[in-house]
Order: sequence, then structure tokens, then C-alpha cells
Amino acid sequence: MKHTISVLVENKFGVLSRVSGLFSGRGFNIESLSVGETIDPAVSLMTIITSGDDRIVEQITKQLNKLIDIIKVVDFMEIDHVERELVLIKVSPRKTDKAEFLKIAEIFRGRIIDSGTQTFTVEITGDEKKIAAFIELIKPYGIKEFVRTGKVAIAREGLKKK
Amino acid sequence: MKINGSKILIECLKKEGIKHIYGYPGGVVLNIFDHLYDEKSMELTLTRHEQAAVHAADGYARASGKVGVAIVTSGPGATNTVTGIATAYMDSIPLVVFSGQVPTMLIGNDAFQEADIVGITRPCTKHNYLVKDVKDLAKTIREAFHIASTGRPGPVLIDLPKDVTTGMAEFVWPKHVNIRSYNPTYHGNRWMIKQSIQMISKAKKPVIMAGGGVILSGASKELKELAEKAKIPVTMTMMGLGGFPGTHKLSMGMLGMHGTYYANRAIQGSDLIIGIGVRFDDRVTGRTESFAPDAKVIHIDIDPTSIRKNVDVDLPVVGDVRNVLTDLLAEMKKHKEQWGAVRSSWLKQIDRWKKERPLEYRFDKKIIKPEFVVEKIYEVTKGKAIICTEVGQNQMWAAQYYKYDKPRTWLSSGGLGTMGYGFPAAIGAQMACPDETVFDIAGDGSIQMNIQELATAVINKLPVKIAILNNRFLGMVRQWQELFFNERYAHTDLDVTPDFVKLAEAYGAVGLRATTPDEVVPVLKESLKVKDKPVMMDFVVDWKSKVYPMVPAGAAIDEMIFDEEKKKPEKKLRTVK
Repeated sequence: MKHTISVLVENKFGVLSRVSGLFSGRGFNIESLSVGETIDPAVSLMTIITSGDDRIVEQITKQLNKLIDIIKVVDFMEIDHVERELVLIKVSPRKTDKAEFLKIAEIFRGRIIDSGTQTFTVEITGDEKKIAAFIELIKPYGIKEFVRTGKVAIAREGLKKK
Repeated sequence: MKINGSKILIECLKKEGIKHIYGYPGGVVLNIFDHLYDEKSMELTLTRHEQAAVHAADGYARASGKVGVAIVTSGPGATNTVTGIATAYMDSIPLVVFSGQVPTMLIGNDAFQEADIVGITRPCTKHNYLVKDVKDLAKTIREAFHIASTGRPGPVLIDLPKDVTTGMAEFVWPKHVNIRSYNPTYHGNRWMIKQSIQMISKAKKPVIMAGGGVILSGASKELKELAEKAKIPVTMTMMGLGGFPGTHKLSMGMLGMHGTYYANRAIQGSDLIIGIGVRFDDRVTGRTESFAPDAKVIHIDIDPTSIRKNVDVDLPVVGDVRNVLTDLLAEMKKHKEQWGAVRSSWLKQIDRWKKERPLEYRFDKKIIKPEFVVEKIYEVTKGKAIICTEVGQNQMWAAQYYKYDKPRTWLSSGGLGTMGYGFPAAIGAQMACPDETVFDIAGDGSIQMNIQELATAVINKLPVKIAILNNRFLGMVRQWQELFFNERYAHTDLDVTPDFVKLAEAYGAVGLRATTPDEVVPVLKESLKVKDKPVMMDFVVDWKSKVYPMVPAGAAIDEMIFDEEKKKPEKKLRTVK
């Protein structure tokens, strides 16, 4: 089962390595991890996508909580939330396919952020399903490069339990 | 007034009430050692290896209940502490280890004697620090001692670059420690405690399983009260020995891989296990799927990660063991149950198991049995000594045949299983408790892992008694080879062992030897007369002796192997009461 875990940490050096070391040392999975400063520059937020059965995920959240530099751990599994990921894709469609490609990008509300003689770079954000669907559709146009940020998540108003 | 970082360090140690430090000097810590040289309020003990410095600080901490402190240099000095730190981490022992580091501007440049010790020790410390500015030093040290000694205790490492210990700053000792991300839960949830009373009162076949947490939180008195009041038999994990009196009629001794027959049977037959300050380690549970199949589990521990890590728990109570037991006892007073009545048949059953298969070994008139030596150590010390052990058969026999009545009298590397732990730990314990008799029960393999510490013990006039159960083998591994590897003794035959008597004498210690059972007690008594230097006793024991009962790896804990040879009628059995 996939879990999205949000981890509020002290913005100190070595914290990322404490977290990643915990995952590797105890054999937990990391599917993606993204980190950034919060409004308070002394605090960073990590969003970790991991998987495991209930017991493993319970251990993951407890073990994270045990690290001294970690302020708060939230497993979004129990919370109504929205998730987004940003992907940049460089595509080189044939001349005849360009219009069609741009149309697809537009349908997915992708933005062309760079274009040259050979390639377009498209920026797309969305949840897992949307991004997966987009990638599937544009594969035939020739993906040259592909980069994604990893998911971030935020709770909906009221932190209502599902 | 500004003072340098080394002085700040010493001022901090004074504030923490530190009297004993264990260490080893080197290039980047010269300043610290130079200042310590004149310091009258604390004593630095020079060990002969940094690993031993950390084990000694660990032994000091276990025996005294205080935080152990070690100071070492950068690079190899720091890396040598890793085994000691990992040992303390696995057993939740409060330590603060200071390592020197190359000057901040050289960090990352592969400078001489540089090692990324903060990176190396990250997974085996409770927390660690690299101090980059002398202004942060006092606050960091304050935090480190707080973290090491509160919650589930553990070792904390502070890496001190040379320019931090020579740099100048005002010494400001923070009045309070406030770490927003560190708030251990000390009091158990009220509702959970009430629930556990319900479960205890309903249980017909309950067992208390007490662990190291009982000793760390100082809850022996409360545990005894609970057991006596609710008439619940108690078994201890290896780390829990001494947490409940071993001579008590409710004690079933140690459980697990080399636990007693009756403790393991009681666990498997029970309907309620009350785990107190334990972590359900694999050496205790055996095959987890078959562990205590009919029992509900109440688990009391300060560390939430211990709960539901290895076994399912019906009722978790997170909190300091002593607080939880105090609240539990207060709650019990409100109930008028006759706790004893429902348990009498269970207690009788346990007595039957105790009689059916007591701890026993084959006595021999000609050859010294290792169990016999431990039994005699118990007798000559009247059960009052502090016993340290190495790791292997020596450790298990010391756990089985010595009865520990008080906490902090059993010092042994449980989680990590570190050979070479016992002797330096005994040095630390002897310094913490100068009036006590301190033994290191050792094997001829283990003792050689930190034998250089004889020099430390001699120069400090420490009367530590080292009892080597010398079987010329790495006995525990040999035992497994005999039982599971067709008696192929691959690299466990120590063949050439030094003459321990001569070796002791070469260091200026006393060396004694016993080769027959008759000589055992006289040698032990002789050792007790020595008050100003270590005594190394070489007990030449039966190399074939094995630790029984034994639960093979991966078996359920009631699938025990016993010493079947003892059934032969010509062999006289000795039963330990």
C-alpha cells in the first residue's frame, strides 16, 4: 500500500541523511522524496512516498518521530488531502505531429516553457493519474528527456478524517 | 570573560557533575587533555584502546545509573569508538562521547586523521552533533546530556573540530533545555492503565516479562510490588536480570534461546504476557509466529517504536516504566479482587515445571565444568558481586547460574553482543562502585579482544576479578558447529592461547589457575584477598560443555534442546537451587 508521509524537520545539515539513512538502514522503501523550506526558514518539509503493510508504515512513522530533528510526522493515508507533482518533459515531435502534440499538452493544461527547432519542453503538474495518463499519450511523439519533482501533498481544510 | 572551547567543555562537564571520564589523547584533542591535566574535580582514565574507553564509560553508566563520558581524538580514535557506541545504543545506555575533529576549514579535505564520524555514527547514536562554532558549544553539550539521559536513554556523540576547542567564547550554561522536536512520553495513558488492570484481573495464567527498561527507569521496587500483589510469575530477558530478585519464589529466571525450561514453558502456556521495558528481541521470542500463541500482550515501554515491532500487542502503554507501574499499582488499590486465588493452579503448574527440568549440568570430579565455576563465584561472593561478562557461552552461563537480586549488578552486552565488552566495563563499574566486588566472567576468546586493559586496571589499582572459563575454543560458535555443522570446527579452535597467568604477571597483575574442581574455590577465595590490583584467573574447563537448554535459531521457544547425555545413569547430576 502506498503512503504519502509528510515530515516537518529542523532545517539543519545532516537531517536529510538521517531520514534517508533510517529508510535504508531499516529496509524501508522510498518511492520519492522531495524537500523544501517552509515559510519558517528554520524548518523544512519533506514529502516521502513509501509503501508497505500497516505494520511497516506504523514503524516508519514511529521511527521518523524518534529522530531528534524531526518535529512532526503526518501520514496522509488517514487524512483527506491533495497531491501534486511537477514534471518537465522534452519532446521532439515530427513536424507533422507538432499541432497534435500541442493540442494534447493543452488538454492536460501543460505549458510549453521552451521551444527550439527540434524540441518542445512541456511543464505539467497534477496528481499521479493525470501525469501517468499524459506520459502515456505523448510517448509516441518521442520523449528526449524527462524529470519529475516527486510528489508533494497538503491536507484539505479541516484535516477531516476520511 | 571569554574562555576557550576546551575550558568551556570542562565547565560543562562540571555542571553535569561528571567525575570520571575515559579517554585517549591525540593531535586535535591536545588542548582538551592539557586543560584536563590540571582539573581536580574530575579524573580522566587513560585506557589502552578507544573502544575500551567507551566500554568503560558504559560499564560506569550501567553500574552507577549516571551518564558515562569518553573523549577521544579524530580519525582512528573516533572510528575505534564505534563498537562501543553501537553496544551502548543497542542496550539504551546513556553516554556522551566527545571526538576530536580536524579544524572546520579542513573538514572534507581528507586531512590527516580525518573521519566523518558524525556520518559514521549516525545510525548507532541516539543523536549526534558536529559543533561548528564555539558559541554553540555549551548549548550543544547541555542538549547532548539531556538527550542521552532522558526518554529511552542512549549514546550521543559530539564532534569537536580543533578550532572550536581553541576558539574563545563566553561560557553561558543554558538554564533549560528546550528541544521542540524531542518530547518523550513519561506517563502512561490513564485509560490504557485501567484497561490493563481489567486484563490482569481476568487472566488465569499471566506472566510478567521484565526487561532492561525496568533497570533503566529504576522500577524494581514497583515491579516486585506488582508481582507479589497480583501473584504473577516473572521472567526476565537477559537485559532485565537483576530487575527482579533472581532468588524470589516468583522468579523464573531468564527466558529465550538459553532461558530456563519453566520460563519458556510459562510464556508459551500463558494467557497474558505483561512485557515491561522489553523489546521482544528475536533471542527472546524465537519464531515469532509461534510465540505465546494463546496470550494477550500488554506492552509497557517508553519507546513507541518497540511496540508492535516484532510481536502483536493487544494493549500498548507508552511511558516510563516506573511511572506506569506506579499508576498501575495505585489503580489496583481501588480493586478488591483476591488476585491470588485465580492464580494458584498456574503457580503450581510453574512449580511442577521447575521440578521437572531445573537448570542442571553434569558435575565431574576431574574436569572443571564451567557452570560449576559460575556457581562457586555466586557462593564466594554471596550473590553480592557486580558481574560483567563477555559474549558467548561465558555470558549465558553467567546469566543462568548466578542469581541477581539487585539491579545494576549484571553488566553484559545484550543487543549487539560485543566480545571484549566485559573487562573494560568491569573497569568502569569498579570505579563507579569502589567498595563492591566486580567480576568479569570471560571466555578465553573474548578476553583477548581487550586484554590490553590489564594495564589500565593495574595502574589504577582496580581489584577487578577476571574469571576466564578457558575451553581453548570460541565455545558458543563451536557449540553451533557441533550441533548444526557436523562437528566441523572451522576456525573456532584457539589452539595457541597465551599463558594467562604469566600474561597477568607481565602486566603487574595477579595470575591464578585452577585445573581441577578442587582448586576452584581456593583460587576464587585467593582472588578476593587482592584489593589493589586486578586478578586474572584461568579456569581450565571442559571444552565439550555446552549451554543448555537451547532453542535452535528459528524454532519456537518451547522447542528446547537439553543435555541428553545427563540421562546416563553413571553421571551424577547436580541441581542448582
